[in-house]
Amino acid sequence: MCPTRLSQLPTGSHAVVLGVDQGPSGEGRRLQEIGFVPGTPVIVERKAPLGDPIVFEVRSTRLALRRRAADLIEVELTGEPTG
Amino acid sequence: MAPPNVTEAAAFQIAIVGSPNAGKTSVFNSLTGVRSRTANYPGVTVSRREATVEIGGRMVELVDLPGTYGLEPISPDEAVVSDALHGRLEGFRPPDALVMIADATSLDRSLFLLAEFLELGLPTCLVLTMVDEVAVRHGSVDLTRLSDALGIPVVGVIGHRGVGMATVKGLLVDPHDWIRPIVAPPDTLAERTAWIDSIIASVVAPLDADERTRRIDSVLLHPVWGPAAFIAVMLAFFQSIFTLATPAVDWLETVIGDFSDWVRDNVGGTFGDLLADGVIAGVGGVLVFVPQIALLFLIIGLLERVGYLARAALMADRVMGRFGLEGRSFIAMLSSFACAVPGIMSARTIPNERDRIVTMMAAPLMTCSARLPVFTLLIAAFVPNESAIGPLRSQGLALFGLYLLGALSGLVYSAVLSKTMLGGPTAPFMMELPAYRRPTATAVLLHVWDGVWSFARKAGTVILGTTIILWVLLSLPNTTPPDTLSEAEQASYEMEHSIAGRAGKALEPVLAPLGFEWRTNVALIGSLAAREVFVSTLAITTASEDEDALADRIATLENSDGSRAFDGPTVVALLIFFVYALQCFSTVAVLHRETNSWRWPAIAMSSMLGIAYVAALIGRSIAELL
Repeated sequence: MCPTRLSQLPTGSHAVVLGVDQGPSGEGRRLQEIGFVPGTPVIVERKAPLGDPIVFEVRSTRLALRRRAADLIEVELTGEPTG
Repeated sequence: MAPPNVTEAAAFQIAIVGSPNAGKTSVFNSLTGVRSRTANYPGVTVSRREATVEIGGRMVELVDLPGTYGLEPISPDEAVVSDALHGRLEGFRPPDALVMIADATSLDRSLFLLAEFLELGLPTCLVLTMVDEVAVRHGSVDLTRLSDALGIPVVGVIGHRGVGMATVKGLLVDPHDWIRPIVAPPDTLAERTAWIDSIIASVVAPLDADERTRRIDSVLLHPVWGPAAFIAVMLAFFQSIFTLATPAVDWLETVIGDFSDWVRDNVGGTFGDLLADGVIAGVGGVLVFVPQIALLFLIIGLLERVGYLARAALMADRVMGRFGLEGRSFIAMLSSFACAVPGIMSARTIPNERDRIVTMMAAPLMTCSARLPVFTLLIAAFVPNESAIGPLRSQGLALFGLYLLGALSGLVYSAVLSKTMLGGPTAPFMMELPAYRRPTATAVLLHVWDGVWSFARKAGTVILGTTIILWVLLSLPNTTPPDTLSEAEQASYEMEHSIAGRAGKALEPVLAPLGFEWRTNVALIGSLAAREVFVSTLAITTASEDEDALADRIATLENSDGSRAFDGPTVVALLIFFVYALQCFSTVAVLHRETNSWRWPAIAMSSMLGIAYVAALIGRSIAELL
């Protein structure tokens, strides 16, 4: 499975974080501090009704990120959406 | 001399730290009761709460630092937390110990933050909140093993029920007795992650997924039902504020009116008039809004504590983002429909300073309850109460139009502000969606009490003061009107030649293009302190018998040349002026306090007065063409 961006995954996907880009003003660091570190499992829980932000479940927390921030996170898909 | 943040008698200063939403505030509140004070750090818009409490015979200073996700700051707020903890803030000594609050249901994430706090080398203890929820979801956290693994004291609490707080207090007696880690957490991210994962594996029995929250979210964040529920909640919100509170407001109006009459009859003379027309009418005119404000805070407090406001913010984020705002700005804007003061204060939850400033600056443009008496009076006097479209009446539509104009203008104002004055990159938007919870009555009632109390205080200070000063300025100096005038005309003559009357006349060249004459101008000067003063002042300057008849009176009031003082275009100009103008000492004061500068309140005041003038002029010109 080739690496992709967290923002690209459909709702219900399971993935594992591979790495986080630093981003134009170092936002990536913050994403790591709140738990998006390599090896961490992430579930794409749902999208806001207007498609952005996206709600993720990571390290037993529900976090909403704007698509732009989720773009910084490189992941590997581990489970397709079920049902 | 002790640094300004330390009470001299305090034996220790202990900082309460943690990420936002961890339950920091509820732990702080149950440790300190209601004795806390709020203060700002110099130069930034970040506030801290602090309290000195007696624990085990010693005075301990507790400081509740803003929530943070990390000590490598990416926003000014976090820079403050980091500087405060490192002792880099001039005049502030670093704390002697740290109490980190963390949510037991998401312990693994909190340990990243804890690792950063442990690097500071201060005595640290970990307080886990929401341990009850861990049990409900069939998980467990072994507090003893966690304490052994981390090398620091660990206490589990149920914040809102006070369970475990005695243990926390026992620890606070002397932080130097706390066990300290033998080795520091690993440095590199990879090793640290492995360290955290191994601790979690040995102390936490995994929790069931929060199925209840997921089920509720699948409806409330549904692509179709989500927005539908959002709109329904907002409609119910405004509907209840304007209808449910009405009986209580009417009752208060009657009581205050009776009290005012009683004072006038029993005190008598000029002083009796001051008390009845000035003090009681002025302050009472504000206090009648207490039921509405209480209801508003009740609804917002409930929605917030249940967990719905975070969902509303999530859904609004996309739209707010277009205007240089973010989802949480929506919550601040919503509160500002009651009063900009709590709205501006609720912007504290916005982590990014730039978004927070834009939100606070736009808040005064939301139609607050202080504008309501002004709008109601002018609409009642000049818009016929006839049916317009189906069940909708023209007066209601006019009011709705003014609300809409304010809200849309607020969004445009934010967009312009964030594009012109506040450039630079923004921190990434992230927001935690808390689990849905049943709110506790105490927490919600405290929230309502805070809101009502600060509102009532405004009535007792700013409005009381302004009303007395205006009344004095309208009575001095004593003039002798010509005997040929009727009693009402004599009163009008006296006011026209008073200090305030002359000031109103002096403003006529500036405000004449909007159609305002001296009576309106005096009321406008008064309304700079608080908008409600406009109505009570207009009642005095138009020599109206009582405020009920005021609408009729101003509808027929004539200038000395026989023309109507308040014609259609003038009223349009007045209404538009009130939509935009920042006429509220309390808002200016809270903007100053929350931004820790005079720059932002000065910009808000001058730009909004400028926009008010120009927009009123345009509105008047359009109305004249019709």
